[in-house]
Amino acid sequence: MTSHTILYLDDVSVVFDGFRALNNLSLFVDQGELRAIIGPNGAGKTTMMDVITGKTRPSAGTVKFRDADLTLLDEAAIATMGIGRKFQKPTVFDALTVFENLELALKAPRGPWACLRWVLAGESRAAIDRTMEEIGLTARAHDRAAILSHGQRQWLEIGMLLMQDPELLLVDEPVAGMTDQETEHTAALLRRIAGTRSVVVVEHDLEFVRALDCKVTVLCEGSVLSEGTIDQVQNDPKVVEVYLGR
Amino acid sequence: MSVTTATIPASPRVTLRLVLWGAVLVLALIPLLNQLPESSALHVGDFIVTITGKWITYAILALAIDLAWGYTGILSLGHGAFFALGGYAMGMHLMRLIGPRGAYGHPTLPDFMVFLGYPELPWYWLGFDMFPYACFMALFVPGLLALVIGYLAFRSRITGVYLSILTQALTYALMLAFFRNDMGFGGNNGFTDFKELLGMALNTPLARAVLFYASLVALIGSYWVCTRISVSKLGRVLLAIRDAESRVRFLGYSTTQVKLFVFVISAVLAGLAGALYVPQVGIINPGEFSPGNSIEAVIWVAVGGRGTLVGAVVGAFSVNALKTWLTTAAPDLWLFALGGLFVAVTLFLPRGLVGLFSRKVEK
Repeated sequence: MTSHTILYLDDVSVVFDGFRALNNLSLFVDQGELRAIIGPNGAGKTTMMDVITGKTRPSAGTVKFRDADLTLLDEAAIATMGIGRKFQKPTVFDALTVFENLELALKAPRGPWACLRWVLAGESRAAIDRTMEEIGLTARAHDRAAILSHGQRQWLEIGMLLMQDPELLLVDEPVAGMTDQETEHTAALLRRIAGTRSVVVVEHDLEFVRALDCKVTVLCEGSVLSEGTIDQVQNDPKVVEVYLGR
Repeated sequence: MSVTTATIPASPRVTLRLVLWGAVLVLALIPLLNQLPESSALHVGDFIVTITGKWITYAILALAIDLAWGYTGILSLGHGAFFALGGYAMGMHLMRLIGPRGAYGHPTLPDFMVFLGYPELPWYWLGFDMFPYACFMALFVPGLLALVIGYLAFRSRITGVYLSILTQALTYALMLAFFRNDMGFGGNNGFTDFKELLGMALNTPLARAVLFYASLVALIGSYWVCTRISVSKLGRVLLAIRDAESRVRFLGYSTTQVKLFVFVISAVLAGLAGALYVPQVGIINPGEFSPGNSIEAVIWVAVGGRGTLVGAVVGAFSVNALKTWLTTAAPDLWLFALGGLFVAVTLFLPRGLVGLFSRKVEK
């Protein structure tokens, strides 16, 4: 573990009723790194995200974010520490407008009293406006999220992630259901975000992973099968066998 | 504010506000019209004053339920317990004020304690001779109970139907407990035969008017509190919790804390309603804890329109008006009508009566 490592998973196992969803998984992510995670269905990608964000407790192993032991914290505490998550299925708040969704995500005190007394200051409004610009939803600011298209909902969720100003973003299948153009735009956005923050992307779409142009980790049956550039892993015989198929 | 109003055209809002204040004004006239001579065409009977006063306290209870259910998605089927606890606290004060005027003429002990052979007042009755203390307890006890139950339930992530069952069991357990004579709360008979409050004899027009206006002020105050919450960012957090609680947690909000906050406020409002209810109806007994009462209160909110504060108030008044009429006209039909109403609203009016008038007004 170097001083630049921001996320540290060592020997992590998760067992559900005898099924090993994660099997001695070890993974290190550096500060500012963009990392893609691929793997067949059931490889443990989503379970890994669940472990990092506190939704699932590992049966064994170490999970650290900087120096904090994530296995002891709940979802809210982990999110407040600076880990943001985008879900596979976009989950935005339908009853609220685009603006209100972003406002909820905006980094600010989270207690009930603080929320009750919250006043939207100029700089917060500006931050929300900037994000709406970035995700291309400025014109929809006061539309309820319920009436957005699928792609727009994906974007809104990415926007909410940005508003949280996390140090580490976990992004689960961001381009599922997006058009080619939207996919390209998303890859560019994620590349731009990485550098100042660490980004971990789980994705099936290999073309998209290629566009991300970053280190790729292949998961299989709950552990790391291969790691390297997209070309290296695509030519790794083990990967070819289990994932790309023959 | 500016953000939420953007989705709602200004004119229905203004109309709604005018209608609301008009309704409050009409309500406020009732005790005055009661003072007119009986020969006058505008005279309103004592019965009307008492019953509308009672409905006002029901409207406060409905607001409390709406804040928890309509906004936050916590469907409590035991809010009647908080209402009844507030009522019992006020009832204890009223019992203490009877003093030596009871049937047994004991200087401090209420009749039922003399009858059951209590040597002295139980410790938990001390202080209830003081009005401010009784008022405090009427709010504090329901709030504390909600804090404990809510903490245990929300921390263990008990939600949905399980929480509803839990709260229903809570009120049922309290009902059984309060039925017992050795609880020291009058058992089966509860408290009644109240004489006075704050130096006013309860059966006078003055006392009726004072209690009526106190309830009306409490309703306006509760409405204000709920409005403050619903238009703030907290209100939007509540809607988000209602629709996707786990997502809110991943945004860094402790949903346990937020739900607990709202649940306690809701219970305190229910306690306030109960405390105003008891002196107006003149009796409190364990029947108030019956789960049926809590469910009925939930139906008021559903009928009026959950997730809208106006809806809760409209529902409480309209369903109770219907109940008063129907239980006189055809008493056997009431429960069928109530059940039918609930089914009909669920199927045809998911947004309640308020939804009929405006599709836009939601906050």
